[in-house]
Amino acid sequence: MELASAQVIGAGIAAIGVGAAAAGVGFVFGSFLQGALRNPAAAGGQTGTLYIGFAAAELLGLMAFAVAMIILYAR
Amino acid sequence: MAAEAKIDPMHQFMIAPIGSDQLAASPFQFTNSALWMLIVLVAIVLFMWGGLKRELVPGRWQAAVEMLTGFLDNVTRQSIGPEGRKYLPWVFTAFVFILASNWIGALPFAVVPGAHPFTVTSQFTVTGTMSIISFAIVLGVGFWKHGLHFFSLFVPHGTPLPLKFVVAPIEFVSFLVRPFSLGLRPFIAMFAGHILLEVFGNFVVQGLNAGGPMGYGVSLLAFLFVIFVNALELLVGAIQAFVFALLTALYINDAVNLH
Repeated sequence: MELASAQVIGAGIAAIGVGAAAAGVGFVFGSFLQGALRNPAAAGGQTGTLYIGFAAAELLGLMAFAVAMIILYAR
Repeated sequence: MAAEAKIDPMHQFMIAPIGSDQLAASPFQFTNSALWMLIVLVAIVLFMWGGLKRELVPGRWQAAVEMLTGFLDNVTRQSIGPEGRKYLPWVFTAFVFILASNWIGALPFAVVPGAHPFTVTSQFTVTGTMSIISFAIVLGVGFWKHGLHFFSLFVPHGTPLPLKFVVAPIEFVSFLVRPFSLGLRPFIAMFAGHILLEVFGNFVVQGLNAGGPMGYGVSLLAFLFVIFVNALELLVGAIQAFVFALLTALYINDAVNLH
C-alpha cells in the first residue's frame, strides 16, 4: 500500500474518536437537562460544573482530531 | 480556483512575515500573526473604551461592557471565593483575548481582495503560551502561599494510607497534563472549525465551476452548511473562551485554597 493512501485510511480511522466524543458531549448535556428539568431551581448554580464536564469530554474528541491531522499531514 | 485544484486547508494557518524582503530577512519579523494580534488588541481597547463613560444610567455599550466584567467577576468569585478578585485581571485578559481573536478570526475579511485574515488562536504557540502563563500563576501563588505544603494538592483529604500511594502519582500526572490540555482546547477548536470552513468553501466554488443542476445543488447545500458552521463557530469561540477562563479560575482555586 502506498504511504499516501495508508495515511488517508489511518486518518479516517482516527476520526472515529471524534464521533465517540460527540456521544460523550451529548451525554453530558443530556444528563444535565434531565437533572435540570427535575429541579430547575438548582440548575443555575451548576452551569460551571456542566462546562467542566463538557470540556473534559470534548478534549478527547479534539485530541482524536489532532491525531487524525498529524497522521494525514505527516511526511 | 480551477475545478480540479487540490483543496489545501492548511495554507490559511501559515505564518508569514509582512513587509519588504529586507524587513523579512531581519531577525525581528512582523508576521501576519503579530498584525492580527494588534488588530485584536485595538478592537478590545476600543470596545472597553466605549464603555468607560461611568454614566449613572448605562447606555447599551456601557451595559455590554459591564455585563462582560460582571460575568467574569462572578466566575472568579464563584470558583475562587472572596480572594478571587486578585486574579480577575488575568482571567479577564485571557477570556477577552481568546473571545476577541476567535470572533475576529471568524469574520469574513477575505471577501476584501488582498486581505488575508488570520485567526491568532489557531496557533498552538499563542494558546500554549497563555496556558503556560496560567500555570506560572498557579505555581507561583501555590508556592508563595503554602510553601512546600503546596504538594499536599496531590493527596486529597481523607484518602486511606494505602490508596495515597496510588492517588498521588495519578494526581501528579493529571496536574502535569493540565497546561497542555488547557492550551490545546481553544487551539484545536479554532483549527478544526477553520479547516471545515475552508473545505466546504471550496466545495461551493467547485460546485459552481462544475455547473449543471448537480453542481449548483451541491454548491447551494455547501453554502448553507458554511453559514451554519459560521454560526457554530461563534458559539464555539465563546464556549472555548469561557472554558479557558473557568478552568484557569479553578486551577488558581486549587493553588489558593488547596483541596
